[in-house]
Amino acid sequence: MFVLQDGPLDYGALRAAVLHPGAGCVLLFEGVTRDTFEGRRVLRLEYEAYGPMAEAELAAIGAEVQAELPGVRVAMAHRVGLVPVSEPSVLIAVSAPHRVEGYEASRRCIERLKARVPIWKREVYADGASWKENSPSSRGPDGR
Amino acid sequence: MIVTVRLFAALRELRGCEELRCPIEPGATPQSLFVGLFGDGPLARLPVAYAVNAAYARGDQALRDGDEVAFLPPLGGG
Repeated sequence: MFVLQDGPLDYGALRAAVLHPGAGCVLLFEGVTRDTFEGRRVLRLEYEAYGPMAEAELAAIGAEVQAELPGVRVAMAHRVGLVPVSEPSVLIAVSAPHRVEGYEASRRCIERLKARVPIWKREVYADGASWKENSPSSRGPDGR
Repeated sequence: MIVTVRLFAALRELRGCEELRCPIEPGATPQSLFVGLFGDGPLARLPVAYAVNAAYARGDQALRDGDEVAFLPPLGGG
């Protein structure tokens, strides 16, 4: 399950997509929207995506991580449109035979998502707005 | 030859639209198209990545009739 969604994200659906009898753990990574940026109060956030490419990249990342870490299953959902502060903008569910692979898979998924999936974030402040880019360490289509 | 150009984030705002239809000359590339459309403007130095038909592509890839080209500003997902 690798989707973009305009509206609240559903952890239950992601969990169901990765849970299976061979799993020994399930991890949820939840990225949530912050209320401040460098001291400025953020009123709301808006996410925009290149839809078909973003979903294809999410699925490609999931396939890579599952191939690299045998036994792992991954599902990812990213929100688009208006996202109120403190709500999740991204959910990553991972199941794994053991916790070590589970944590590693979760980390690889979020790092690659930030580097490769074509999604943009606009922060709206009381006195303006700006497009916020991810840190340089996670930039670039080949960033892994 | 005609390609469709998809614009996002700051590029979309600057141009005031999400999509353009652009006639191109043989030998045109994503990079040459970007320079033609934005090279004289305030976002000329934006470090964009390129996609052709919804997959990452090199800036010097030759474009073909009917391609969908996207200029991807620095990403902010997550």
